[in-house]
Amino acid sequence: MKKLLPIAVSLAALTAMNVSASTLEDVQARGVLKCGVSTGLAGFATPNDAGQWEGLDVDLCRAVAAAVLGDSEKVEYVPLTSKVRFEVLKSGEIDVLSRVTTWTFTRDASLGLNFAGVNYYDGQGFMVPAALGVSSAKDLDGASICIQTGTTTELNLAEYFKLNGMSYEPVPVETSAEGRQNYIAGRCDVYTTDASALAAQRSVFEDPTAHVVLPEIISKEPLGPVVRHGDDQWLDIVKWSHNAMLNAEELNITSKNLDERGANANDPSAQGLLGTNEAKLGAMLGLDKKWAYNIIKQVGNYSESFERNVGKETALKLERGLNALWTNGGIQYAPPLK
Amino acid sequence: MSGTQVKEKKSVTLGSIWRDKHSRGVILQIIAVIGILLFLGNIVSNTVENLDRLGVKVGFDFLSEPSNYDINQTLIEYSSSDSHFRAGLVGLLNTLLVAVCGIVVATILGFTAGVLRLSNNFVLSRLMQVYVEITRNVPVLLQILLWHGILIHSMPVPKKAEALIEGVILTNRGIYLPQPIPQEGFGWVWIALLVGIVFAVFFKRYANRIQTETGKLIPAIWIGFVAVIGLPLVTYLLMGSPIEVSYPELKGFNYKGGFVIKPEFMALWFALSIYTGAFIAEIVRAGIQSVSHGQTEAAHALGIKPNFTMRLVVIPQALRVIIPPLISQYLNLTKNSSLAIAIGYMDLVATIGGISLNQTGRALESMGIVLGVYLFISIAISAAMNVYNKRVSLVSR
Ligand SMILES: N[C@@H](CCC(=O)N[C@@H](CS)C(=O)NCC(=O)O)C(=O)O
Repeated sequence: MKKLLPIAVSLAALTAMNVSASTLEDVQARGVLKCGVSTGLAGFATPNDAGQWEGLDVDLCRAVAAAVLGDSEKVEYVPLTSKVRFEVLKSGEIDVLSRVTTWTFTRDASLGLNFAGVNYYDGQGFMVPAALGVSSAKDLDGASICIQTGTTTELNLAEYFKLNGMSYEPVPVETSAEGRQNYIAGRCDVYTTDASALAAQRSVFEDPTAHVVLPEIISKEPLGPVVRHGDDQWLDIVKWSHNAMLNAEELNITSKNLDERGANANDPSAQGLLGTNEAKLGAMLGLDKKWAYNIIKQVGNYSESFERNVGKETALKLERGLNALWTNGGIQYAPPLK
Repeated sequence: MSGTQVKEKKSVTLGSIWRDKHSRGVILQIIAVIGILLFLGNIVSNTVENLDRLGVKVGFDFLSEPSNYDINQTLIEYSSSDSHFRAGLVGLLNTLLVAVCGIVVATILGFTAGVLRLSNNFVLSRLMQVYVEITRNVPVLLQILLWHGILIHSMPVPKKAEALIEGVILTNRGIYLPQPIPQEGFGWVWIALLVGIVFAVFFKRYANRIQTETGKLIPAIWIGFVAVIGLPLVTYLLMGSPIEVSYPELKGFNYKGGFVIKPEFMALWFALSIYTGAFIAEIVRAGIQSVSHGQTEAAHALGIKPNFTMRLVVIPQALRVIIPPLISQYLNLTKNSSLAIAIGYMDLVATIGGISLNQTGRALESMGIVLGVYLFISIAISAAMNVYNKRVSLVSR
């Protein structure tokens, strides 16, 4: 029953609470942003040694808090399993869900939710112990495979194996920690999830080199923040908090050089974003002039956030790949700030 | 005249109505009912309004859509192209399987431990006390996790496992056993079994009648037993042993063939049986102790052997006390089986109330189904046990 509790509570909330129409007003009145994140996934959302949350998904929460409240620290993180996340968002217990969540047709069209962008383009991969000597996903016939329930992962997996005429034993787990335990104990031969999460999981193993990620990527997993239907202003705020970070990278504005860039009167795009000229981008979102300035000052641009959390210098060692800007051969592409 | 006036005066004032115990009760009940209705109405209208604002549909049409997910323990044919409804059915059967197995083992454990706790053997009775006290006081969720941890960490992976005896392999993915596969002609063995059972039942009745009429004791139980076992066995041999055994063999990652009991099932089954067994032990002990010692002494005085005293005097009377709380233990075990989800056993809650709920977003509907089914199972168990209880109490008058 313990595991049912979050769903039961959200259902109760759905039945009892009157979700307010303006999330912005709610958040500002409360003075803190409630952000749904993973229960613990290195590089995306995990508490550090000091107990502070950090990661790429966490940075998105911080960016929204910086834009709306002027302070990226004013976030209450709500760790959620993949299974309960949508119910908790629907019920109004959190303001935004930033939890490696794949943008799919069904979720967008039937859950009463909107995706506000893509902060990581991913795809599903497989990890196996190197000792097994497997080199392709096509060799996995008959394997036991650990999967997190309530994810796109389990749907892709069923389809991939069916399409290739292979069988497998699904070993369902609720959290990434449970998945690691089962995998390390050898309850399953294979761990499958988004490739970034495989890198994250591998980075916390005792001996990361003892595990290999197979070359096949079997799905598209555009991961991004999610909000409720019915509050377009809030959708815009979350969408443009993320886009501000991308545009800042494109404009080469960083947390280090932003004051300098904002002072340059010959650079209207930078000045508009940073709120140092007459352009009133913030007001159009219902925010103050400094909204994007605060994001970039306190969180950084997309590249800074990426490199700090999941980039080559971190334990995850992820390449920018698809997540490079469109100008650098990737597909991260924010609409212009005009 | 004056009498009626006094009466009228009394009934007119509000205060007097309030002071009257009966009418006050009625008023309070009406207020309570109105309050509850308002509360429920508010919940329903809020839910409808909230779902409407999000643009979410409500309905059970999703049940016929393909589930698109696989399940690792299926008692009936199932694949990811089957419907959510069928996935739920697979989950329900898994719930029932673990509940039935759990109830059987918990009952055996509980009755044994309960009787042994009253035994004169000091070591045995203390041992049973330790069992009861420890398992009853550790939350069952922890026990489930503990068993699962033990099973997956202490057993070898399939590639390193060695057969205990031919075809029996213990691995951390389950216990593999040889599976008998009935061949043509095996149907006769089932028929023989049926005949054996019917014979045993009628023979026992006949023996009872002889006993009441003449006082002669016929060992009907033993003769019945021989019939139930012997008849199918002879048929089986006559038919030329129509069974082929499929032995598990290591193929690639896992054993193929044979029969496997998964660690998730075992962990849940063991934990629920042992936990509930401890409660049943206490119930049985209390039941036996509730039969006054005078009964036993009277039986002894009549020269009834101790063995018969227990079976014919003490137990029938103890059952009257034991059965009602036993029912609620069975219900508890069934409901506790929903903790399955903690270790990934695919029961009702994990399938329709878990993956289907999440993949379709139909939370209210899926939870409604889960709650409805549990309610139904619970009512069915208590109805069945109540019928049995009636029979027991009638016999002892
Ligand atoms: N992107 C997929 C999968 C998301 C997911 O749950 N990934 C796991 C990978 S291990 C995770 O992040 N777990 C973190 C946790 O348990 O909190 C989806 O949206 O369904």
